[in-house]
Amino acid sequence: MDIAADADTTVPPTKGPLVYRQSLWTRATHWLWAACLFFMLLSGLQIFNARPQLYIGKQSGFGFDNTVFQIGAEDTDNGPRGFTEILGHRFDTTGVLGWSGPPGGETARAFPSWATIPSYYDLGTARVVHFFFAWILSATLLVWLAASLLNGHIRRDLWPRLRDFRQLPRDVADHARLRFHHARAYNTLQKLAYAGVLFVLLPLMIITGLAMSPSMDAVLPFLNEVLGGRQTARTIHFTVMTLLVLFFIVHMVMVLAAGPINELRSIITGWYRTDPPGREDA
Amino acid sequence: MAQKFRIDRRKFLTAAGLGASGVMLSGCDAFDGHLGMGDGLRSFLENANGLTWRVQRLLAGPDALAPEFTEADIRQPMRPNGVTAPDDDHYKSLLADGFANWRLEVTGLVEKPLSLTRDQLIAMPSRTQITRHDCVEGWSCIAKWTGTPLSLVLDMAVVKPQARYVMFHCLDTIDHTLSGGDVKYYGSIDLIDARHPQTILAYGLNGKPLPVENGAPLRVRVERQLGYKMPKYLSRIELIDGFAAIGGGHGGFWEDYGYDWYGGI
Repeated sequence: MDIAADADTTVPPTKGPLVYRQSLWTRATHWLWAACLFFMLLSGLQIFNARPQLYIGKQSGFGFDNTVFQIGAEDTDNGPRGFTEILGHRFDTTGVLGWSGPPGGETARAFPSWATIPSYYDLGTARVVHFFFAWILSATLLVWLAASLLNGHIRRDLWPRLRDFRQLPRDVADHARLRFHHARAYNTLQKLAYAGVLFVLLPLMIITGLAMSPSMDAVLPFLNEVLGGRQTARTIHFTVMTLLVLFFIVHMVMVLAAGPINELRSIITGWYRTDPPGREDA
Repeated sequence: MAQKFRIDRRKFLTAAGLGASGVMLSGCDAFDGHLGMGDGLRSFLENANGLTWRVQRLLAGPDALAPEFTEADIRQPMRPNGVTAPDDDHYKSLLADGFANWRLEVTGLVEKPLSLTRDQLIAMPSRTQITRHDCVEGWSCIAKWTGTPLSLVLDMAVVKPQARYVMFHCLDTIDHTLSGGDVKYYGSIDLIDARHPQTILAYGLNGKPLPVENGAPLRVRVERQLGYKMPKYLSRIELIDGFAAIGGGHGGFWEDYGYDWYGGI
């Protein structure tokens, strides 16, 4: 409809055509993942609070040191302080990590109550929430994979081509200047980011999650051998979580910068307003 | 046209930060009121625990073994957790004479109730395994456990066909009731895990008698499950066909506080 209207105008069009960019499969799975990752992040941080240390290897070092990351609280001359220690480097994170809470009611807890589900300490409940959404997330990933193989989404939209890599430097420069091209196809960085999340980060999250299960270790004993041990798997699980959070932040920034109304419309209705003809490859 | 999409960088970074923190803030306590035990949302989400249990049971079957490790992997003493020094007078009197008066009772749905001494258990065929203990909190510790396979004790007592679970009753007080009574640790597994080849009643740890902090004189090892499924300070094994009438009715002390019964992940 818009295509016909635009074609009749003699002045240069200010709007490009609306194109059907996101299939129902893509949109439905996108929002299911968004909900799952929200609940899994906040319940996962609660689970982490039960043992706010990360280790490398098969077991946790109590009689030896294999801790690579920890969040804790300590008494100092200035009262209790929260700290975060990464590979032996210690940072004061009072108020957020290690020691937090309403003024006068601070407690020792790794992640603050506003970042956990439930807000109070409850490992059992966080596990109920985490594993419920773990099932939804995994099932959604399988449904998406099947649908996207069949409807061509992966081959057509996600799989990077030689041309994408040739355009990578310009694409990086465009993103850095917040100059976006609105076309049906994803740009190179989009392809790499989405494919990275869907084919690397989410599967790695599921695999490291399974590797932490003693029952699954009886079924798939090679998992921990490949990953470097249960505690390394836990550390990878946490690291991938931070990468997913980083992806989320960049994703939000890009949506806001590229035009939030148009971007939201395409992931809700499927329809996306492209740049006027002639601009796309300028 | 390009300018249209070029918004002020600082402005949108601020907006992005606000948006992200808004999402985070909404996570705080919005769900607290729906996640207590017995709440509708909580009960709905708990259905996933049953699914996890069934799928893991299906995949692992009755016999798949938990990974076993080598002597070189024993790098530290077994980390004690939970109750590590029972303060119960009865336990302390048993400890004082080296558990000579301690007995393991086997009761409930069995043809031949048993009352076994520590020496009788040690005289039975034993199994030694170097396994990784995974705590629900997230930590792991590798140690060598020696004990009597639970299946041998069950065979000796002759389990009645209607029995479905093994309930472990313990000597250590872990909680107090509102009326001031002692709650001693309790927990259950089903007969498939009870008869698993690595499920042992352990009296030895790292080549020595099981120390008090790790559950002396006897604790169970259920190697495909998390630590809270392996009660310490055992005094009685009861064969039951259901656990609705025991404690809070969820099959174990921590289960009554909202932990899932199977504990396989």
